[in-house]
Amino acid sequence: MADHTPPLTSATAGGAEPAAPQSQSVIHDIGFRHYDGPRLGRGWIVRSLLVETFRGVFGFGRPAKAKIMPWVLVGILMAPPLIFALIAVLLGLDELPTSYTEYLPTMGFVVSLFVASRAPYCVSRDLRHGVMPLYLSRPIRRNDYVLAKFAGLALGVFTVLAAAQTLLFVGALLAKLSVGAQIAGYAQGLIASAVLSLVLSAIGLVLAAFTPRRGMGVAAIITVLVVLGGIGSVVSTLLTQNGSATLGGYLAAIDPFLLVDGIAMSWFGVDSAIGVEAGLGALGGVIFTAAAAAIVGGGIALLMRRYTKVGIA
Amino acid sequence: MPAIATQGLTRSFGPVTALSQLTVEMPTGVVGLVGANGAGKSTFIKILLGLLPPTSGTATVLGMDCLTDGLAIREVVGYMPESECLPPDVSATEFIVHMARMSGLPTDVARERTADTLRHVGLYEERYRPIGGYSTGMRQRVKLAQALVHDPQLVLLDEPTNGLDPAGRDDMLELIRRISADFGISVVVTSHLLGELERIADHIVSIEAGVLQHSTSTAAATEYSGVVLVEVTDRGPEVAERLRAIGAAVTPSAQANSFAVAIRDEQVLDDVRSVVVDLGVGLIRMQRGRHHLTEMFSTPQEARHG
Repeated sequence: MADHTPPLTSATAGGAEPAAPQSQSVIHDIGFRHYDGPRLGRGWIVRSLLVETFRGVFGFGRPAKAKIMPWVLVGILMAPPLIFALIAVLLGLDELPTSYTEYLPTMGFVVSLFVASRAPYCVSRDLRHGVMPLYLSRPIRRNDYVLAKFAGLALGVFTVLAAAQTLLFVGALLAKLSVGAQIAGYAQGLIASAVLSLVLSAIGLVLAAFTPRRGMGVAAIITVLVVLGGIGSVVSTLLTQNGSATLGGYLAAIDPFLLVDGIAMSWFGVDSAIGVEAGLGALGGVIFTAAAAAIVGGGIALLMRRYTKVGIA
Repeated sequence: MPAIATQGLTRSFGPVTALSQLTVEMPTGVVGLVGANGAGKSTFIKILLGLLPPTSGTATVLGMDCLTDGLAIREVVGYMPESECLPPDVSATEFIVHMARMSGLPTDVARERTADTLRHVGLYEERYRPIGGYSTGMRQRVKLAQALVHDPQLVLLDEPTNGLDPAGRDDMLELIRRISADFGISVVVTSHLLGELERIADHIVSIEAGVLQHSTSTAAATEYSGVVLVEVTDRGPEVAERLRAIGAAVTPSAQANSFAVAIRDEQVLDDVRSVVVDLGVGLIRMQRGRHHLTEMFSTPQEARHG
């Protein structure tokens, strides 16, 4: 590569100050070197931004302090699958204590905390510290930035959920459960995890992008995911127990975890985690799926709108 | 080919006209862009980067149309914003590598050029520490590095000396001069300090309320002014009086012992010398006066004393 040319043939004539005094080591100022190699286009830039976002989700490339929160939460999320797997192995159960899809709403609170702590990290930082002008003055479009950030966060959340699913699956295999059923369950768990990652990332990023202060973003996301989600599941459970099963079932969709649980139930015919969506049938499945798509699509559209307001100066 | 050329460039935001019929050519080299806040500088920069379509008129950067070739322009242009734009939690190295990739450089090239560029802007050991702990001067260097790391053909620097102490200011100006002279990269630099631009810019463009006021080479704007500045050790008023008596046009200055004499012909220089010798005072300086950029921006009354 051109960058390895020796000092004397360096591309620039100017800028070469005389070498430092002849001591034990000599520093050559070889002047400013020009670059005429390839400049990779938007595809590469978006991919790099996605990777950078993904690394940021786990605190890689950041000081140690930034790694504590994500990894504590990852640890908490991995504990139940590990314990379940151990129980299944030690007690010789004929099925896992929790199904792959049930794991998601069961750990909903911790998953919400993870999203709430990571989503602001993805976007608030660039908004708060004025980094956006530097992105906007580079050869990408605004929406490229939005999509890369969304994909990076969603991939990060999915990675964590998929790791937990994988622990469950490995445990199930070690417990010598029926391989075919476990592979099917594992695949269903991964798909549900992917849908959940998209839904949670959309909600989390929209809230984070509208609250440039990181602490506020965390609080806003926790409020929406945990509090509203909790209210959704309580209300729908009460309604279901008091005879309004259909309304109760649909209200469960307020909780993103039950929304995805309902989708898994309708797509795969698995048991629902708390049972409120059980009576909705095929129409319910269609509506839940549409709702999830609307959250993801609407979230991305809102984000793109938000970023049209971001200027460079 | 000029670095930047605009033709009747106009941009309105509703009833507000930010840029009005701007027709200007900025040559390669260092161009100083002068304008108060709200003069239309940032609108102009947005249009040049292809981030804002003009209401009418055209603009080209390095021969590329700002309206249609935004991506291609941003590939070979660097931009240093005036505002704070650095995340505090990463090191300069980490950040500049990332920004180099955001300009389309492959990762290994990004790493090499980051090390090079940070050295050129004068950041050494501290580049591995988080940016949050940097001084203003170091931050300005990092901001400059991200605009240079992808080897652009043109950099737009918005108030690069803002917030710097006098020594830091000198360093930054020297760096800007090197970017043009040694690195071969064209520079458009905004500043509200004319003295700074006079030192480094080859060409000055000034905008006020979206309208072009001046576009001139610095050499033309600071050419000899046709006066000689004289300073003597003592009896200045007396010297001036004698010179007036033999028909020279003398303009007094704030100090009693210095004044300006209009050069109508070379004879006046000999006259100054003779008068000084006659009165037996010491001559401290005789200097051809130059015009200053500030004169472009002041009323004729003020300009005479500039």
